[in-house]
Amino acid sequence: MSFVEYGDTIKDGDTAIVFLGHESMFPVKVQHGTVTQTKYGVIRHSTDLIGKKYGSKVTCSKGGWVFILHPTPELWTMNLPHRTQILYSTDISIITMMLELKPGSIVCESGTGSGSLSHALIRTVAPTGHLYTVEFHQQRAEKAREEFREHGVEHLVTVTNQDVCKNGFGVSNIADAVFLDIPSPWEAIGHAKSALKAEGGRICSFSPCIEQVQRTCLAMEEYGFTEINTLEILLRVYNVRTISLQIPDLGKAAEDNSSTGFDSSNPSNQGPLQVLEGPARSPWNLLFSGLNNPNSVSLSS
Amino acid sequence: MEAGPRPGPRICEGDCAVLKRDDVFKAVPVLRRRKIIFEKQWFYLDNAIGHTYGTTFEVTSGGNLQPKQEVEETTTETKEAGTDNRNIVDDGKSQKLTHDDIKALKDKGIKGQEIVQQLIENSTTFRDKTEFAQDKYIKKKKKKYEAVITIVKPSTRILSTMYYAREPGKINHLRYDTLAQMLTLGNIRAGNKMIVMETCAGLVLGAVMERMGGYGSIIQMYPGGGPVRAATSCFGFPKPFFDNLHEFPLSKVDSLLSGTFSTETLPSEPEENTLVEEESNGLTDEKQISLQETEEETTTETAMEINQTEEQDTMDMNTEDGEFKENKEKESKDNVREKQRKQWERRKKLIETAALLTKKNADGLIVASKFHPTPLLLSLLEFVAPSRPFVVYCQYKEPLLECYTKLRERGGVINLKLSETWLRNYQVLPDRSHPKLTMSGGGGYLLSGITVVLDKGKSDSSHLEALKMEEPSSKRCKVQDLHC
Repeated sequence: MSFVEYGDTIKDGDTAIVFLGHESMFPVKVQHGTVTQTKYGVIRHSTDLIGKKYGSKVTCSKGGWVFILHPTPELWTMNLPHRTQILYSTDISIITMMLELKPGSIVCESGTGSGSLSHALIRTVAPTGHLYTVEFHQQRAEKAREEFREHGVEHLVTVTNQDVCKNGFGVSNIADAVFLDIPSPWEAIGHAKSALKAEGGRICSFSPCIEQVQRTCLAMEEYGFTEINTLEILLRVYNVRTISLQIPDLGKAAEDNSSTGFDSSNPSNQGPLQVLEGPARSPWNLLFSGLNNPNSVSLSS
Repeated sequence: MEAGPRPGPRICEGDCAVLKRDDVFKAVPVLRRRKIIFEKQWFYLDNAIGHTYGTTFEVTSGGNLQPKQEVEETTTETKEAGTDNRNIVDDGKSQKLTHDDIKALKDKGIKGQEIVQQLIENSTTFRDKTEFAQDKYIKKKKKKYEAVITIVKPSTRILSTMYYAREPGKINHLRYDTLAQMLTLGNIRAGNKMIVMETCAGLVLGAVMERMGGYGSIIQMYPGGGPVRAATSCFGFPKPFFDNLHEFPLSKVDSLLSGTFSTETLPSEPEENTLVEEESNGLTDEKQISLQETEEETTTETAMEINQTEEQDTMDMNTEDGEFKENKEKESKDNVREKQRKQWERRKKLIETAALLTKKNADGLIVASKFHPTPLLLSLLEFVAPSRPFVVYCQYKEPLLECYTKLRERGGVINLKLSETWLRNYQVLPDRSHPKLTMSGGGGYLLSGITVVLDKGKSDSSHLEALKMEEPSSKRCKVQDLHC
């Protein structure tokens, strides 16, 4: 198993996802001799997991069962331990597309945070690209390194523990794309620019507040970024349930002619009826910018 | 201050490039002496060849492109401006230049910038406008008179935006943010073995190919005679990317699943007609992308396109001229041999692809078509390995509801989710930030899930599974649920 390649069977050392039911799952580190407690009973790694096919149903000691899933960045995002607020797959999707990321891309990211976006970026740029991620919190940086190691992707990522606003990304002129999710992104735009390739690249900054967005847009313009767009994406999930609505008794017409089309004696005139789940996620704000056109930064030459 | 040539990929003849002006995109082939119409301007791309992608050009009077010189913004002397519009009357008489005056300026070859300057000077109300209104006015005039075109390299981002704006019908109104979700939910990445079923002119296929970077393999399922890959060719993928792209006809899926697959009856018409159909499918689409604006150009385009397909011409030759009879006999013998060889090749490929499918170990399934999703999913999911994601796009919600229900009955899938994304863009300017457009409902819907090992012939357990996977209901209702 690895986060950048599918495997068929569960192996010792894998990170697997235990799926218990609707929206209920958690990650587990597969290890010989270990047991995992679930509400359906105990899972013994040596007998129940190792050697089994991913996607298998595993019966737990109390009789209930679960499914064991191969990890993906999306499943990881839903189950990872939060050290910070994370980005969810909806935003990650549009970021990936707008930054034009693909295998071979070189990306710079700050802050690493809990590694939600990082895993998704690594997956997209593999096997020939690289992620340079900067985190100013020492423990978080170390935890990120540890997780990347455990997930078999350490060769695709470099974690640097420093302040991107002061010291940049630690690389220059090599990135196709830069992503910022920090409190004061306008302070890092200059560093972002020097990390990007000379031919130009794309930058994206993520901020929850419009004031941050405004300041960052201005900074982007100052540094010669063009085609600056600000986007917000909201996910709406629909709840699908099959229910039957009772047919009201409108009585019967005189004798033979029952004029209503409905057979009111049949209680099940059902059809799928969907219900909208609760409120949409709270909106976040994204900024995108296009090619960094060196010619438009005329001031230096 | 001439900067040296910018680094980066260069525009080459034969490329598919995308013309961009503000938010309008158009994909065109880069060919010499080929007249292009874009945003009410006629020009040739010849001068663009050799420049870097991302360069901005101006159209000269001769219809040639010229890189736009970077002009320094005139230093803002404190402009005269008003505070509000209470005294500004919109009587249509504030611009002193007439339509003819402006035309005269344009004909003289005066640059757009100059024209805008003239318009400002000849506007009686300009100095009464607020600074913001002046900015807005200048922007509007610039947009109209300073016709600049940027040539950009195609990518999923650009092509999906272009198609959604220009020809949404061709892609079943798949909005680009919905496409972005599909690529992520489906865990599209290098090394996967993907099954793709789409009727979006090949845009979805191209997006998948871009995210796979040439690694792994793709089996494209297609309806009718052959897959449409018009949009796919716009991406400009290197040839090796197509080495592991296979295709398989939907009409053979049932036989494959029931074990009665044979290559005796190939889908639809014989060989060369299918090729022509594929060719013309691609051409027609390309035609529609690049020639939406005039009919006049359509005819010249078609003529030139058809000239390129000489092979087809010789095959379809219908002449009964006696003089050519002898040569034609020899040619037709060669043609027959060639036809047979091609047919044999096709059969061979079909068998190979069928073998790939029957392994039932695909790493994912992407469906985005005009067809009802339920039958597609129910059959194509059979080819997907357990613990792999699948994503189905549908322009409408209702078919996905049925799909959801049928999948629950079938079992073997978990984490089913029916979703839609709303997109909102913003204008961000100092003291003038506000949302612009909210796009909702018109971008289509997605049904996604993960496969698991299917318990065949255990309808009870699959029903129980379905109940388990549903929203947790109160204990009291649990027994009643079984009878719902």
